[in-house]
Amino acid sequence: MRPGEAEPTPGADESVPPDIGPRHRRATDRFRDAAAEPPPGPFRAGWWKSPVRGPWLTSYFGSILLVGIPVMFLTGLVSYASYDPRLAGNDTTPGKGILGFYLFSWVTSPSWVYRVSEGTHVILGLTLVPILLAKLWSVIPKLFEWPGMRSVAHALERLSLMLVVGGAIFEFATGIADIEYYYPWKFDFYEAHLYGAWVFIVGFVVHVCLKLPTMWRSLQRYSLHEIFGTPLARTRPEPGDGHGLVASRPSPPTISRRGVLGLVGGSAAAVFLLTAGGTVRVLRPLALLSPRARSRGTGPHPDANDFEVNRVFAATGIPVSATGDSWRLALSGPRTVSLSRAELMAMPLATEVLPIACVEGWSTVQTWTGVRLVDLARLAGVDHAVDVEVESLEKPGQPFRSATLASNQAGDFQTLLALCVNGEDISLDHGYPARMIVPAAPGVHCTKWVSELRFLT
Amino acid sequence: MTRPAPGTGQRPRSWFRRLYGAGPAHAVLMTAGFGFAGYLLTRILGASHPGWILLWFVGAIVLHDLVFLPLYSALDRVLTSRREVSAPQGPTWVNHVRVPAVISGVLLLVTFPLVLRLSDHAYATASGLHESVYLMRWLLVTAGLFAISGVLYLVRRDRWRRRAR
Repeated sequence: MRPGEAEPTPGADESVPPDIGPRHRRATDRFRDAAAEPPPGPFRAGWWKSPVRGPWLTSYFGSILLVGIPVMFLTGLVSYASYDPRLAGNDTTPGKGILGFYLFSWVTSPSWVYRVSEGTHVILGLTLVPILLAKLWSVIPKLFEWPGMRSVAHALERLSLMLVVGGAIFEFATGIADIEYYYPWKFDFYEAHLYGAWVFIVGFVVHVCLKLPTMWRSLQRYSLHEIFGTPLARTRPEPGDGHGLVASRPSPPTISRRGVLGLVGGSAAAVFLLTAGGTVRVLRPLALLSPRARSRGTGPHPDANDFEVNRVFAATGIPVSATGDSWRLALSGPRTVSLSRAELMAMPLATEVLPIACVEGWSTVQTWTGVRLVDLARLAGVDHAVDVEVESLEKPGQPFRSATLASNQAGDFQTLLALCVNGEDISLDHGYPARMIVPAAPGVHCTKWVSELRFLT
Repeated sequence: MTRPAPGTGQRPRSWFRRLYGAGPAHAVLMTAGFGFAGYLLTRILGASHPGWILLWFVGAIVLHDLVFLPLYSALDRVLTSRREVSAPQGPTWVNHVRVPAVISGVLLLVTFPLVLRLSDHAYATASGLHESVYLMRWLLVTAGLFAISGVLYLVRRDRWRRRAR
């Protein structure tokens, strides 16, 4: 028991004998009062002035996050599964332990599934930023709640808030930094973002279990119709009800509640409109602040190869000569075969319209022409679908220089070793002489500058 | 023990509730939550650079709750402490500054590595492009937001004056 505990134990009261002098009594009371009195500043109720802060507003933002955060979590889990981490060399988080319990063989159809799922993850994540900020702003007085610990339960509850608040900011911050190639840390993004997501969701589930009834009750206070019908002149603070959110001495309002919703919603809309074009084609002209969705503006117009690159050729250290006439594709299986690019071009070619979709959220659909992987498997003496290890010309140790495709991916009729895009040879930046295109796979598993296909029979 | 505690009235307070401060379901939830969180901590400690992960986790809370939020709250208090805001004559300009400033700030928050060119090398390695365009784009969007907001304010004020006359 701490001094300042909300409910003093009966024993503590009895410890003061009734016959003690009035001077003594006052001294003990004064001690207790001093301990119960919050320190100055944000710990005092009068510090918080906003007349619009209150359970309704918090619950309104909370109800949006209640839908948005599970979508973020599930699309994140899907993205991890899409790497097929159970196959050799594919796992970006080998220490995951039981967190991989749900993993399944990643699908190849529909081909847009990763594009939509990961596009949702990134675009929704960015769009939720203002709503998360507003939610955190609305509950900030709770951080300075006094007394800080009323009981064991209260202390644990506050500690659990660290998981949800820390998890939320950590996940949003690392996600935003990653899509913009900004790494002011030494940890591995994949590991940290996956573990952070689980910490966040544990805190989130605990928080929802504790607060769902409060949220539901608080939302009944006003209908959206009432909120949108109330101008600034008639905006009043919410009635206080012991949540510690409503200001005890509020300033006069300078913005209505509908104004707050408009401000937060408008910020979310602005983020969405200016970034979603990296995935959503019709919004591309507006995608001014998308990290991608930019033309490189080189070469002839229209340039068949003018679409987003992930990792330019110049950054790989592969000598240009290795991609020239001396380049051979090695197939190893029951038979070992070596093929030049001209020999590949002379094989039956297939054309497929398939997306390249990056874990960073951007995606682009292009028309690819090349040899079906099933045809190459047959050449190597493989007559049934097997896992395939795809090696590139990149030096060992480079991230994603190789990837293992699962048998369902290798056996998919649409999976190509692409040689051309939009009717022209693929460019060096897009993987010349040849690259993999796998329906519904994350972009980094569509290995570029392919040198060898190992059929794992 | 099952006697109703003074003040709470209806509900008898069990020894558990008095000792712990909430019902057994609460304790089960906390045990499960912190149990799983403990397992996650073992994963994090096994990751590469766990210290950096924990630093970022705690740093994220400190930075948001004790730096970022107080900073923008203070800026807002400066904006709203003007006399014409607390005793307005007609439509006030305060939200016509607040709204574009907040939207522009949020946009900067989600793009600052691009706008401030903090990751230009990695960006160029990946995309073959440079981040130099983003500062101007953000400034243009910001200018556009303030311009639209300013025009709306002038229209509102004009309408109010005509009605007042």
